[in-house]
Amino acid sequence: MSYLEYRVRSIPRGFRKILHLNWALILLLIAVASIGIIMLYSVGGSFSQWAEPQLKRFLVTFVMMLMIAMVPIWFWRNMSAIAYLFALTLIVLVGFIGSTGMGAQRWIDLGFIKLQPSEIMKVAIVMALAAYYDVLPPSKISRPVWVLLPLLIIALPTLLVLRQPDLGTSLLILITGGTVMFLAGVHWAYFTSVLCAGVGVVFAVFQTRGTEWQLLKDYQYRRIDTFLDPSTDPLGAGYHITQSKIALGSGGLSGRGFKMGSQSQLNFLPEKHTDFIFTTLAEEFGFVGGISLLAIYMLILLFCLIAALEAQDRFSKLLISGIAMTFFLFFAVNMSMVMGLMPVVGVPLPLVSWGGSAMLVLMAGFGLIQSAYVHRPRTTK
Amino acid sequence: MNKSENHDHRISNRMTRRAAVVGLLQLGFAGALALRMRNLQIEEAEQFRLLAEENRINVRLISPSRGEIYDRNGIILARNEPSYRITLIEEDAGDVERVLGKLAQLVPMSSEDLERTYAELDRNPSFLPVTVVDRVTWEDVSRVAINTPVLPGITPEVGLSRYYPLADNFTHVVGYVGPVSTRDLERHQNPDPLLKIPRFQIGKSRLEASFEDQLRGRAGTRQVEVNATGRIMRELRRSSGEAGENVQLTVDAALQCYVQARLGEESASAVVMDCKSGEILAMTSTPSYDPNKFVRGISHTDYNALLEDERKPLVSKALQGIYPPGSTFKMITAIAALESGLINEKTKVYCPGHLEISGKKKYCWKRGGHGQVNLEKSLRESCDVYYYEVALKVGIKKIAEVARRYGLGIEHDLGLEVEAAGLIPSKEWKKRTKGMDWLIGDTANASIGQGDVLTSPLQLAVMTARIATGKDIKPVLLNSNSNGGGQLPTTDLEDDPARLKAVRQAMFNVSNKRNGTAYKSRLIKDKFRMAGKTGTSQVFSISEAERKKGITSNEDREWNRRDHALFVCYAPFDDPKVAVSVVVEHGGGGSKTAAPIARDIALFALSDGECPLDAYPVKDREHIAEQKEMLAKILPDLSSNKNVEI
Repeated sequence: MSYLEYRVRSIPRGFRKILHLNWALILLLIAVASIGIIMLYSVGGSFSQWAEPQLKRFLVTFVMMLMIAMVPIWFWRNMSAIAYLFALTLIVLVGFIGSTGMGAQRWIDLGFIKLQPSEIMKVAIVMALAAYYDVLPPSKISRPVWVLLPLLIIALPTLLVLRQPDLGTSLLILITGGTVMFLAGVHWAYFTSVLCAGVGVVFAVFQTRGTEWQLLKDYQYRRIDTFLDPSTDPLGAGYHITQSKIALGSGGLSGRGFKMGSQSQLNFLPEKHTDFIFTTLAEEFGFVGGISLLAIYMLILLFCLIAALEAQDRFSKLLISGIAMTFFLFFAVNMSMVMGLMPVVGVPLPLVSWGGSAMLVLMAGFGLIQSAYVHRPRTTK
Repeated sequence: MNKSENHDHRISNRMTRRAAVVGLLQLGFAGALALRMRNLQIEEAEQFRLLAEENRINVRLISPSRGEIYDRNGIILARNEPSYRITLIEEDAGDVERVLGKLAQLVPMSSEDLERTYAELDRNPSFLPVTVVDRVTWEDVSRVAINTPVLPGITPEVGLSRYYPLADNFTHVVGYVGPVSTRDLERHQNPDPLLKIPRFQIGKSRLEASFEDQLRGRAGTRQVEVNATGRIMRELRRSSGEAGENVQLTVDAALQCYVQARLGEESASAVVMDCKSGEILAMTSTPSYDPNKFVRGISHTDYNALLEDERKPLVSKALQGIYPPGSTFKMITAIAALESGLINEKTKVYCPGHLEISGKKKYCWKRGGHGQVNLEKSLRESCDVYYYEVALKVGIKKIAEVARRYGLGIEHDLGLEVEAAGLIPSKEWKKRTKGMDWLIGDTANASIGQGDVLTSPLQLAVMTARIATGKDIKPVLLNSNSNGGGQLPTTDLEDDPARLKAVRQAMFNVSNKRNGTAYKSRLIKDKFRMAGKTGTSQVFSISEAERKKGITSNEDREWNRRDHALFVCYAPFDDPKVAVSVVVEHGGGGSKTAAPIARDIALFALSDGECPLDAYPVKDREHIAEQKEMLAKILPDLSSNKNVEI
């Protein structure tokens, strides 16, 4: 059912919308952001180092989220294609004018924010695919031609981001897009074959290593090596993961106390305020702290799932669960990475890590979820 | 419509189903994360905690203070002194060049210092202190301290450095310390981590080197918290370690200094021993050098000067110097002869001034001859022919056996590592080393302490003490407090005390009878009466070429071709307390050069440094008084140097 088939009379108007926001979700987001600010205060030494700018950033994006939530969801549906094309253009642009960081061209420096277009794409792709399946008659969903088109929508940004090169983000875009297609109801057989193909690709990647045809850059291969056995190079490539695991492990059950983590306070942890901030949390607040954050994240997912189920139209359902998937991938990949379950790929811990792009994009995404929630039809027939 | 609704419913259901699948996958993944967290943080927490501590905690060593060295009365021979250095921390200094420029105006700095400082600054992280100048004076430190406001990053630091207050007087006993060299490190299988501390000093010679283990002490540790770049954040724990053990010597600093002064500029050595306990009271060697120079790092020119000096200041002659004992060896030959039973003390030998051995004439020092000579006269007048005759009867084997029993040709373990064993020749030795057969001429030479016989001043002192007491006296250098009690020897060296009695009486006559070779160097007070023996050992016999030039006596020859002068004695005669041996290299005659020195030393030791003038024969007193005054000027004041705790 497309939302156009519903009467919208029952939907709240004006400032009354605020009362109909999903407040539970909002409170959970505030909780996560607070944890982030506390941890940034801990690793920064002073409040003004990282915590304060992060707080301001959260307030700005929070307002932005509310503003997005006020706008009816059908407006955003109509904007989907534009959002996607906008993000795609930026990704192309970043290849020409972007700054190089860590051996990859990833962001455009706008002065007040370092914009990472590939992050925008994580939400834009969800919007584009959700809109696509909203328009597409359900009977055609699994027809090869109509499967090919969303595959193109996914493949284009994936390949562009891979060329930057940013393996992590491109995989996340791929998985997010695939998830939306899966939720939309594309036939199982497609996914099975893609999965098999994926295994084939991984095989190919390792087989071509060292030849002229190798598919990944050397540093990416090395990251995989380090992941498989970090102890081989404890001061070089494996340093990040080894120190991160030491920090986590030494936290124990209840942690070493706020600002008492030796690994993070004494700078043994690399990137302690960005990608590796979870280790600081786990070191200073222990298993209890780490599991609490994970629980909050899972609660956010749960509320998203409920919102998706309550939504009546396909666009809203797909949008909410797609963005939830993006959010899940953020924290799942980040945590796996710092716990040594995955190669270090440079994914921040959502709403906790220092940095603007991810927060901007995620808060925009939650704005869309709220919009879908507020503007959902209250009664069917 | 109904059909479409059904279709819609089916699609909606499918979406819900798939959302559930995705949700379950996510939940499963989150579960895996939680399990991993549990695994790291609870099951392996202990191990990771350890690793984190290893990261965080860095153990720094604190050097222990080195044990001090005292003389028998607690006078300090080696102690630790604060030494000041100026350090610079680059990150606090800001403009390093400007700060160093200012510092150079306050503290003397060489261009070498500056170069080294810049090199070290480049090498080290900017938060580590770098030593700019070492061993500055207290005045320099206070100047720097006053000017701290304009010298950011500059800190005066204090460390401990070895100091030898009695300077060159004890160099040959105590030795000195110096920085650890790579050779020192290689010598040990598992070197003490202390040795790797920059600026750490270890014993390099003599006592400082051989007692290194006791003196060094054990390192303390300081556990500090460091961050990833190694900067010290705070100190966690400190264990102070153990200071090195103090060592007390049997040496009497006052006597030692006196002996060094009395030997003066001569290339000489003297050993003073307590006759009964074997305690070394003084063990000297001249010329000496200031060990403090070595601690600070001696300059090349100074070191080369020491190396090239023909009087060999670097050699500890009391232990390392080996000389033909000359006539001081005659007691050994006499004892050997008495023991063999081939002669007794009354046996007479006629001395015409020479003896023909295998067709070659061997001369007595007195060309005119001594006439009829018995044991007493042979020692008193030091007749050579008597000993040639006696030795030919007794044989080298017996003489060598007695020599070793009396402490010659063997090592006495004082623990100083450099002791020379000397040499008492034997037939086997000559065959082995020279490939030649022993000749009876060799026995004759050995009988008067010439030829191949070589002894050190320490050995001569031991021999004298053993003759004086008849006991198996062993020399000791460490005070009984520190070495666990000096055991008084009980082994008698002779089964018949009459033999030694005869020898002692003869030695007494050497110093106290008108014809005695050392009669001129006698002490006339009964409580100081000496028994001694002179020795003049030939280094080179006067050659034909020299005779042609008209050189007939020692004084006319070049210094290093002259004879060595020796004298051994003990005193007082009736109750021996000290044994003294003196060797003056190229000093000429024993009676003329060595005996007066030995007399002064013995008197000083017996009178506790008082040296009463009335102990000397009347005609010597004036000259002795002058000498006393002169020595008083150069003797160091020991009263300020005493450790009150001992």
